Amino acid sequence: MKKFKKVIALSLALAMGLSLAACTSGSGDTTAPQPTGGDDDTTAAPAPGGDEDTTEAPNAELDFGEQGDVLNIYVWNTEFAERMRDFMPGFEVDDKDNPTNGGTLNGTRVNFVVTPTNDNAYQDKLDATLPGNADLSADDKVDIFLIEADYALKYVNSGVTLPVSEVGITDADTADMYQYTKDIATADDGSLKAVSWQATPGLFAYRRDIATEVLGTDDPDEVQGYVKDWATFKDTAAKMKDKGYTMVAGYDDTYRTYSNNMSKPWVTDGVLNIDQKIIDWVNDTKEFTDNGYLNTGTGLWSDAWAKEQGPDGHTFGFFYSTWGINFTLAGNSKADAEGPDEVGNGIWGQYAVCPGPEAYYWGGTWICAAAGTDNQQLVHDIMYSMTCDPDVAIAITKETLDYTNNQPAMEELAKDFSSAFLGGQNHIALFVDAAKQIDMSNTCPYDQGCNEGIQTAMRDYFDGTVDYDTALANFKSALQTKYPELTIE
Amino acid sequence: MAAAKRSKVVSYTKWGYIFLIPFFLVYTVFSLVPLISTVYYSFFERYMAMGGLTQVGPNFIGIQNYITMITGGGASPEMYKYAWNTLVMWLMGFIPQILVSLLLGVWFADTQIRLKGDQFFKTVIYLPNVIMASAFAMIFFMIFSDIGPVNNIIEAFGGTAVRWLTYTWTTRLLVALMNFLMWFGNTTITLMAGIMGIDTSLFEAASVDGANSIQTFTRITMPLLKPIFIYTLITSLIGGIQMFDVPQILTNGAGSPNNTTMTLIMWLNKHLYSKNYGTSGALSVILFIVTGILSMIIFRMNTRNDEY
Repeated sequence: MKKFKKVIALSLALAMGLSLAACTSGSGDTTAPQPTGGDDDTTAAPAPGGDEDTTEAPNAELDFGEQGDVLNIYVWNTEFAERMRDFMPGFEVDDKDNPTNGGTLNGTRVNFVVTPTNDNAYQDKLDATLPGNADLSADDKVDIFLIEADYALKYVNSGVTLPVSEVGITDADTADMYQYTKDIATADDGSLKAVSWQATPGLFAYRRDIATEVLGTDDPDEVQGYVKDWATFKDTAAKMKDKGYTMVAGYDDTYRTYSNNMSKPWVTDGVLNIDQKIIDWVNDTKEFTDNGYLNTGTGLWSDAWAKEQGPDGHTFGFFYSTWGINFTLAGNSKADAEGPDEVGNGIWGQYAVCPGPEAYYWGGTWICAAAGTDNQQLVHDIMYSMTCDPDVAIAITKETLDYTNNQPAMEELAKDFSSAFLGGQNHIALFVDAAKQIDMSNTCPYDQGCNEGIQTAMRDYFDGTVDYDTALANFKSALQTKYPELTIE
Repeated sequence: MAAAKRSKVVSYTKWGYIFLIPFFLVYTVFSLVPLISTVYYSFFERYMAMGGLTQVGPNFIGIQNYITMITGGGASPEMYKYAWNTLVMWLMGFIPQILVSLLLGVWFADTQIRLKGDQFFKTVIYLPNVIMASAFAMIFFMIFSDIGPVNNIIEAFGGTAVRWLTYTWTTRLLVALMNFLMWFGNTTITLMAGIMGIDTSLFEAASVDGANSIQTFTRITMPLLKPIFIYTLITSLIGGIQMFDVPQILTNGAGSPNNTTMTLIMWLNKHLYSKNYGTSGALSVILFIVTGILSMIIFRMNTRNDEY
């Protein structure tokens, strides 16, 4: 028994010692808490072309008290860490190739906690952590987390997210942002809860060679005339069919152009509404399917879908937003994926864009301040630099071709821009127009489940397996299981 | 008096109990407590609303969850549909599985046939079980996709591509086929072990008496194999009721088309999206009871007359 006690005592001592060691190594970079207010800008590299003073200015009014030693950022992929690495003034990454390993910002340790979105794992992680965030130890507290539009309101409308005004982001700071990016992130009480560095207006990207063959022109303005509304879009689809092309790739391609233009949210007062726009999407897609204007089994992100965008594809166009055109479509268009981005590699350079039948957006990432954070100062600095600073916005767009959330900056860029991938077209100018028309006041916390659910359920209807009523009933029962609190007739 | 009662023989009984402690400890923590809490939660309304942030309940609502499960709570009850899917897909996989396994088991165990390289074949037929079910399902998903290799082959021979995963019966067939491939090796090994446990003198006596192989199988092998056979049947039934990974991955969790490959556990998993411990607890308890009853019936059916 004595030996047993010794063993227990030893293991307890070890456990204590090790956890202490772990704590010290975690915060080893800083011995003293950061002073509030003005940072000592010794380590901070100047913002790309920017002046430091604007970054610091609004802090003077707010006193955040003692700040934590560790800044934890919850993310689902590497994108934000890469943006931080490249554009956040003063942020020094440990490993340039693996920015999610973290780094230091003004002497504070920055950790990225990556949880993939698969199977809802990322939201599960947030849901498990955020409600008790204030009670976590200082070094474990979540300070920043990122969200996507489809479930933004779930976090925006809850107490786990701080209004950005509480970390010192003012209305003046966000004045240049696109209204829709603010609408999505505005809580029921009217407070802005999240900010985004991107705006993601969508366009219709089409193949110039097919346009010339079928429509006799590849000029974006003239092609727009053939896709300006859904009736014309259908007529053009018939022309495409005659020449052996499909108008769009699969069932889901047009979905967002309809769902972004709903007249009321999916759920109001706990009751499910099925908007006329959604019914239109179902009917139009069924019509497209039956007429052979699209391919069956070409779901978004499937291999078949990606292939359709390449040299072997026979699809006229794709609905894509900012990131989709510069990254996904450009990548898929190449015959040799590893080859250079140049005309001649597959159909790289053969695409052009036009506004399409309706304004819409697709994707986007928002930055939230977690309630209970002990690093308000740095949360402010990151939010401000990454989303409000026009110089950073321009730098991001120039270097990564990402469309950033700053209207005057983008309008400035749009005056003179040319994309080699789009055959020299100035698509930023089109984005500028499209972004203004996006109206996202009809979002609700159930958007993700509703959008995914209706697309999954209707696939059976488009495939011809079931009739419309059965598919709709399947959608409703699946949704009821997902959200037991909803009233669904 | 007390001293006299003390036995001179050293008792090792206590060591038996001590060595059992780890099992009971692990069982209590990981099985018994969750089991009891599942039953407990099934009497409550408790879920996370709005996709996971706002907790509703726990409110005690008696057997309301069970009533909702059994009657559908206003809508048509879904449980029976998914139970039927599960049963159909299990039988489609299990019937060929048990037939093939019996045949292979008899062949492998037969000392007269003396199969060459039987170790090799035993390894090969067991291999599919070594692969993770989800990986296996992913492979099938790609092979049978609309532009997958199977359709390429069909088209190369002049046929038209089949959209395998859009029809009820082809999708069910794929699920059954995968379960069959994954488990027939395992069943073969179990049955073979059972057959090899039968006294060889019985087979010799049968062959001396002039019994043919069918007679040997029906009169000697099967009756003596019964305990192992029942074991296989019951474990497979329990596994079948819990069928999840293969159809889940193959249909991307949708149970498509038209929920015809949605199994009970896949449905249970859907309830866990909202952490709905009430209804999912009720469903689990129902499954627990059904599994118990079915196992009992099979057990009784096969042990009623023991004489052979």
